[in-house]
Amino acid sequence: MDRTPRTLPRYSATFSPEAQSEIRRAAATGIYDIRGGGAKRRVPHFDDLLFLGASISRYPLEGYREKCATNVTLGTRFAKKPVELEIPITIAGMSFGSLSGPAKEALGRGATMAGTSTTTGDGGMTEEERGHSEKLVYQYLPSRYGMNPRDLRRADAIEVVVGQGAKPGGGGMLLGQKITERVAGMRNLPEGIDQRSACRHPDWTGPDDLEIKILELREITGWEKPIYIKVGGARPYYDTALAAKAGADVIVLDGMQGGTAATQDVFIEHVGLPTLACIRPAVQALQDLGLHREVQLVVSGGIRTGADVAKALALGADAVSIGTAALIALGDNDPKWEAEYQQLGTTAGAYDDWHEGRDPAGITTQDPDLMARLDPIEAGRRLRNYLSVLTLEAQTIARACGKSHVHNLEPEDLCALTMEAAAMAKVPLAGTDWWPGKPGF
Amino acid sequence: MQTLDLATMPLREVNAQLQGQAPDTNQTHWVIENPRGGHAIAAGLTTPIEVTVKGSTGYYCAGMNEGATVHVEGSAGPGVAENMMSGTVVIDGDASQYAGATGHGGLLVVKGNASSRCGISMKGIDIVVHGNVGHMSAFMAQSGALVVLGDAGDALGDSLYEAKLFVRGAVKSLGADCEEKEMRPEHIALLTDLLARAGADAKPEEFRRYGSARKLYHFNVDHAGDY
Repeated sequence: MDRTPRTLPRYSATFSPEAQSEIRRAAATGIYDIRGGGAKRRVPHFDDLLFLGASISRYPLEGYREKCATNVTLGTRFAKKPVELEIPITIAGMSFGSLSGPAKEALGRGATMAGTSTTTGDGGMTEEERGHSEKLVYQYLPSRYGMNPRDLRRADAIEVVVGQGAKPGGGGMLLGQKITERVAGMRNLPEGIDQRSACRHPDWTGPDDLEIKILELREITGWEKPIYIKVGGARPYYDTALAAKAGADVIVLDGMQGGTAATQDVFIEHVGLPTLACIRPAVQALQDLGLHREVQLVVSGGIRTGADVAKALALGADAVSIGTAALIALGDNDPKWEAEYQQLGTTAGAYDDWHEGRDPAGITTQDPDLMARLDPIEAGRRLRNYLSVLTLEAQTIARACGKSHVHNLEPEDLCALTMEAAAMAKVPLAGTDWWPGKPGF
Repeated sequence: MQTLDLATMPLREVNAQLQGQAPDTNQTHWVIENPRGGHAIAAGLTTPIEVTVKGSTGYYCAGMNEGATVHVEGSAGPGVAENMMSGTVVIDGDASQYAGATGHGGLLVVKGNASSRCGISMKGIDIVVHGNVGHMSAFMAQSGALVVLGDAGDALGDSLYEAKLFVRGAVKSLGADCEEKEMRPEHIALLTDLLARAGADAKPEEFRRYGSARKLYHFNVDHAGDY
């Protein structure tokens, strides 16, 4: 036997096993990889920030005894009926079609029990969603699938979707296997065909047009509804400024970790900004216009914990929005379905082929047998519990920083663990009073 | 007949008056004076009243109309009758871009020309244009009918779904997945009805029909160059 010492087999960092598998898949199929979810690559995130907490110079509040409020009102700028929420965490827009009816119902139930809003998606408003959502935001998307003035008037707010963090500048496609008779009917299209969603609105281009579009929506709804503008994280300073100039009541800013029902993996991983990099420029834009807190900022993309919520608020957001985390709370990627994930060639926690409609958890599917696995009442309770935990965690941190409202958190409460996070969040590197780009250094 | 004057009344007040009419109102005919290119005039109407606009309008005139008849005695800016659900909108002059965009129902008549993207993403609306339509008209049109008595610009019916397109004049070019189709008796009947309702003096037999080749209904990498 040859006992000559040998080096261990060494994988290339560049041509990693993952990269090689994608090359083989591309060579075999000739088509890019489609998947759901948001960016999976590591990017600077809220984990790279820490709160400082109280000390001699800061006075904490007593946990469980001294009040730390969490309410937020969205749409105070022009709308006659702003949306009042008990917690600063909303449910992001996700379509019926991409999600099953029971999943949409569960989102509405959970959000309502937690005192917050949920949001429609591409494909229109369903009865189960409206019926179970005390506060429902109606998305106004480029496809205008299912769009009608009656649903606009029975919404609590209108969200004009310009882009989303997973694919700023991209449209979408719902594959035929999820286009049941009901989904097709709501979208005025034949059953079973692949349905494309446009990347641009059909009847306006640019911020000057958007201002007129907002005027029209307000006229149709009697100036009652808050108008949100949702943008993907691309040029957050200018996008925020232009949306505010166009007359938005609320700006929803979605970073690249924000999920999508389906798009090209290369798009998800290589276009857009991390959520952390979006917040300060957006807040700066509102401050420069004298509109910070008058136009509310909702941040989404990768929110998982109450710490994430607190950090987003400390950087200047008024609220956050969750999508992927809400689906996980409902039961998405639950290890109890591991055997079926394995049959699909994946594993619990990594399943992202939401567009194929074969979700073992019964959430991203229109298959009646799979859909029946999700009990909307039980799933709604899980979402309520999760939202409660996020809120309690954010309150815990806020009290430790001496804040009687989570909105009183501020950048001064934070430090950064990395240079990148310090530069993006514009808070000092831990143990210093410096961040890259800080004026005067 | 009731008159609302935009020279003296704010848009909100004018639209609120029109939107506030009960379905059984006996005030069925309204006139809007001095539109002066204003936006969102007569948007969001919900009852079968008749509204005559004495002049040209800006963006989104009669947007999301449900049941009303709106007659513009002038030209209309972008997005006239966008997302209309039902009712009738008649433009005496020309219409700018995106006329009838995403409309779900009703009839839009443009007696002059319509600019680019007329009928974009239409979802059931019928549109009759007495003159020409610009490029990319009926882009991603899903259902309903677009009738053009004049010529059509480039890329007519690009990425078309199930909408029916009828053109009497020349078509500069067809868009991806749009092709000429046989004119069958049911199409002649549909066209006859639409031309009559639109007050158009033309014979159905003079038109050619275009529709979806349905080759892009299921994404196929071999067709990637067609998108």
